[in-house]
Amino acid sequence: MLCEICGKKEATVHLTEIVNDKMAKLNICEACAKEKGTEMEEHFGLSDLLAGLADMGSKAEPESLVSLKCPSCGFSYPDFKKFGRLGCGDCYETFKTKLSSLLKRIHGADRHVGKIPLSGTDTVKDTRNLQELKMRMEKAIQSEAFEEAARLRDKIKAIEKERKIPGNNG
Amino acid sequence: MNIEDFIKQDTEWLKGTGPDSSIVMSSRVRLARNIDKTPFSNWADKTHLEDTMVAVKEAAMSTSPLKSALFIRLKELDDVDRTFLVERHLMSPEHAKDTDYKALIVDPKEIISIMVNEEDHLRVQVLLSGFNLKECWRIADDIDTGLSKKLSFAYSTKWGYLTACPTNTGTGLRASVMMHLPALVFTGQINKMLQAIAKLGLNIRGLYGEGTDATGNVFQISNQISMGMSEEEIIDNLERITNQVIAREDSTRKTLILKNKEALVDRVSRAIGTLKSAHIITSAETITLLSAIRLGVDLGIVKTMDRRTVNELFLLTQPSHLQKLEGRALNANERDTKRADLIRGRLK
Repeated sequence: MLCEICGKKEATVHLTEIVNDKMAKLNICEACAKEKGTEMEEHFGLSDLLAGLADMGSKAEPESLVSLKCPSCGFSYPDFKKFGRLGCGDCYETFKTKLSSLLKRIHGADRHVGKIPLSGTDTVKDTRNLQELKMRMEKAIQSEAFEEAARLRDKIKAIEKERKIPGNNG
Repeated sequence: MNIEDFIKQDTEWLKGTGPDSSIVMSSRVRLARNIDKTPFSNWADKTHLEDTMVAVKEAAMSTSPLKSALFIRLKELDDVDRTFLVERHLMSPEHAKDTDYKALIVDPKEIISIMVNEEDHLRVQVLLSGFNLKECWRIADDIDTGLSKKLSFAYSTKWGYLTACPTNTGTGLRASVMMHLPALVFTGQINKMLQAIAKLGLNIRGLYGEGTDATGNVFQISNQISMGMSEEEIIDNLERITNQVIAREDSTRKTLILKNKEALVDRVSRAIGTLKSAHIITSAETITLLSAIRLGVDLGIVKTMDRRTVNELFLLTQPSHLQKLEGRALNANERDTKRADLIRGRLK
């Protein structure tokens, strides 16, 4: 049997492909298989894996999600499925329902506990402030300065209530 | 200072100094950052990309470690120069593609580099010789803080630093160590080690060659998770695991020298013999033989060479470095000849 792609060499590789839900058999030579192979590897990249992860557990995409577009950059959910990358920082807010579970699957957590930038919005600054207060409270407790600790606790509570920032109990 | 000066100097990460440098060749910390209210590089238009380059350049030059840094627009370089920078680990292979609006900022010592408009607007990288992750993080943290005085980064209080790919979100931190593990490979323990490390949420791969095939027995271990742990915890975790790998490689080397010294000396001496007499040699063969010699140097079997010379050869025998040294483009056959010439010259 001759190769179905180049039609010159003997077909030694027999591939089964799924194209548009239909199974297709392909008998090709080694050289063509190699080319085809690189093509297939390219097709299956990180974006496919990520999109696959995001889809786990949900059978059909609700219409509202498919038509969802980031108001800042115009990036859509189908774009994310295609590229496995987001369009801008605001996309995180736009696609937060999907991303929350995706991030949890990737990192085993969906909350950042690391560095906080100097610049940024007031909320960011408040969070930085809060983190510092909490650290001071921990230190006060460790050194048994309970009055100081209580004072700091009240201050933290007041800020959290005002800004409606969820506390560390979740 | 320009890119031509790099070839004349030893890049910092190959100096062969620093803690545990017989096993850990280099340590690296990379931070992914994006500018707020600006589309990520792959989704941005030309104006945004150009603006990002200008803004990052200005911010970087305002930090003291980067005030005399080199700012390179990649489209102004040819292919050899771009690959040269990749071979020196100053930027990723991805950054060398589609270079119209990409730039690289490098400090004169080649310790700090910033890729501009890679997948993220900024990829800040710190690379040091030996096992030095904490120092890498300290420097990167410092630069990042300096940059944030001029640039407002995309950040969410819940999710941390927002990156183009969700696998980097949170700290945006990727810490890695490059390890030379010949004894674990010779004794066949490496596969078990690879599996164990993968189970711990770390990523390990061969540095040269594709996938898990590791030409030259050089492996890179890095963290996979960037959210839910602080930067210090991520670094600490990687350090602990690395320490265990170091201990295992070290004890295996000692056993080899005790029980299998002749075989080891034979392997190392043959490697030296081949490199000293070859007139045509490929990159892959060179790396394999240099790995054996490096082990010989580390174990005191080879006394005529130091680690630095071996490290230098790892770097200089790569395709773009050979062409930079020669000052012209070389085809694969010419490179194999020039490579052999260079090695014979150095090992005299």
